[in-house]
Amino acid sequence: MSKGVAITGMGIISAIGNNVSENYASLIEGKKGISKISKIDTIHKNDIMVGEIDFTNAALEKQLGLSSDNNYSRTALLGVVAAKQAIENAGITDINKYKTGLISSTSVGGMDMTEQYYYEYFDDATHRKYIESHHAGDSTQKIAEQLGLEQSLVTTISTACSSAANAIMLGARLIKSGELDRVVVGGKDCLSKFTINGFKTLMILSDTYNTPFDEYRKGLNLGEAAAYLVLESDKVVKAENKKVLAYVKGYGNANDAFHQTASSENGDGATLAMEQALKVAGLKPSEIDYINAHGTATGNNDLSEGRAIQRVFGNDVPDFSSTKAYTGHTLAAAGAIEAVYAVLALQNNVIYPNLNFKTQMKEFDITPQTILKEKELQTVLSNSLGFGGNCSTVIFSKEQ
Amino acid sequence: MEKVYVNSVGSISAQKTFDNTQFLEEIISHTETVLPVVNPNYKDYIPPAAARRMAKGIKMGVVASKLALEEAGLENVDAIITGTGMGCVRDSEKFVSAIIDNDEQYLTPTSFIQSTHNTVGGQIALGIKCKGYNFTYVHSSNSFESSLLDAKLMLNCNEATNILIGGVDEIGEHTTKLHRLVDHVKAESSNSLEVLDSNTKGAIFGEGANFFVLGNHKNKSSYAEVVSVKMYNSITNTVSDLAQQFLAEKDLSVNDIDALVLGNNGDIIFDTYYNELSNGIFSKTQQVYYKHLCGEFNTASSFGFWLASKVLKNQHLPEAVKLNEVNPSSFKTVLLYNQYRGENHSFTLLRKC
Repeated sequence: MSKGVAITGMGIISAIGNNVSENYASLIEGKKGISKISKIDTIHKNDIMVGEIDFTNAALEKQLGLSSDNNYSRTALLGVVAAKQAIENAGITDINKYKTGLISSTSVGGMDMTEQYYYEYFDDATHRKYIESHHAGDSTQKIAEQLGLEQSLVTTISTACSSAANAIMLGARLIKSGELDRVVVGGKDCLSKFTINGFKTLMILSDTYNTPFDEYRKGLNLGEAAAYLVLESDKVVKAENKKVLAYVKGYGNANDAFHQTASSENGDGATLAMEQALKVAGLKPSEIDYINAHGTATGNNDLSEGRAIQRVFGNDVPDFSSTKAYTGHTLAAAGAIEAVYAVLALQNNVIYPNLNFKTQMKEFDITPQTILKEKELQTVLSNSLGFGGNCSTVIFSKEQ
Repeated sequence: MEKVYVNSVGSISAQKTFDNTQFLEEIISHTETVLPVVNPNYKDYIPPAAARRMAKGIKMGVVASKLALEEAGLENVDAIITGTGMGCVRDSEKFVSAIIDNDEQYLTPTSFIQSTHNTVGGQIALGIKCKGYNFTYVHSSNSFESSLLDAKLMLNCNEATNILIGGVDEIGEHTTKLHRLVDHVKAESSNSLEVLDSNTKGAIFGEGANFFVLGNHKNKSSYAEVVSVKMYNSITNTVSDLAQQFLAEKDLSVNDIDALVLGNNGDIIFDTYYNELSNGIFSKTQQVYYKHLCGEFNTASSFGFWLASKVLKNQHLPEAVKLNEVNPSSFKTVLLYNQYRGENHSFTLLRKC
């Protein structure tokens, strides 16, 4: 199992940029993408802030050259934009040349259309084309089609907020086992009334900018985003003389088995996931240079995750920060956009600031990195923790 | 590379399949176009207070997984991998309609929480306190096969010894109505057992949960060996070419197959894929069908997997699932093929062990 898993391309669209370089510029400049919601008419619009992508659906459809009878949900539109960027970035012209797969993820799927036309479907046939685009696999199928993937392994993972991290993990395992030579991995989720109201009922939405790891954190901001990475085997990298951006070095997945929505106070699941990822990577905790934390800014997550970090790293916790203050919590996409941020951190040797942090949490003495820090990085550990107790960690490295 | 075995089964379907000592001796015919499951007594497995709160999909998943764990003689497993096309769709419906009907007010979180696709997998883990690997696949008709592939990878590489996998989906009333609007559900009801003769568009819908313990050690109760599983988002070759290619990768040919388990659902438009195989290269092979018994749903192929496992263990093919009469003297190698509406095709190969 010494085979390498190289990252050779990436694409992203989020509230802080429509491509990789725009996202990086915002991260460096400390530019948040959090605002009042403009594209969904919700009664909560004055009580919440979100990470919204500027483009309307019509603009995205035009950008992708889709005909007017298309039945793309916003989730699918965002996914295709990011996945196409990743393929272009990896310099892939013939996608079916190698055994290529697509492992995508989503939590809302086509819910944005379903909630709009839920009753209208019965009286008006105009929008019935969206009935088929409701299920979670639909947006993945559309990405595969847009990338020209044929007769290929294509699937979708939905493990709430850890979904995309799990897509990266499965992709890496498929390459290591030789099942695939190349795999596009990532996730996408758009904003919807469904998730806004869902998180609202759980009382974990902040009415202002989210403040990860702050004593007075008030909850999360929802965001929308999509990001994809191209993973390739040593064989393809060699044959195509590929430029490698970074490597997927380790990964771990565990279940908290504590509560359907809340994390255990001591972060058992997150601890197990991080320990396992270190084991797969063959790294000691002291060899991790930066942790991109899940850090959603909910009371529960940041406490549980912080404790888990302490359990794994002891008195020697590396620099850590959450980028949720920039993008909001993008649910199934979070693990993928933060994977892109991890790779950018490795490439540029920077640690992003944990924006909006003011007051040290009283339960522990670890403090996130609050200003941009330049530092030679070899490894970045990225956490994604979700409902259903799903905890995932992926470790990215500069060298194989 | 370790071999992978189906070591136990647990099935809740529109037939009385939850009793593992039985094997389709009694067949239930339905006259509706949507087939509900025959419910086991959930209270035998779940405390009544908890059962009342649980979505149907969770109840079915939890009990089917308990049946499988019980038969395998296990209290815990190394990993839980669930496939579900729609998750707990009734709770999704409840939450969406509450949002619309009450203008986003007076909502409670229960249905939102249960609507999350990974709820069933999470609840199973919670129930048996399994802190291991936990994934949920949600890719239409390949949701279950994705779970199977994932488990097989892990067991092949000895990263786990016992893994619980399963497919689960529940009927959602509103969703079914929407699917009627676009002719995915048959317009006319008739005897479900004769669905393949309907000559009409759409399928009869169903629901169910089929769970299995897969392991890399064979034991006395093992059902079958999982030789191979492959998924295809689309097909560009003919399905016959693809089948032969799939078999050739395991040094097998059409003649090695003792039974072909097909996912025909009686949709005149999309059954052509199955017909190509049954009328073509597999015309002399024993053919098996099952969606007339369980209905069509995103993880219906997990019922096919249950059926094939039972056939290999019992060396008996129930009359109700025979599509033709070849009647081989024994069942050694079984091939399964499934697709839904021309997308997400899969081949699975099981062998007697």
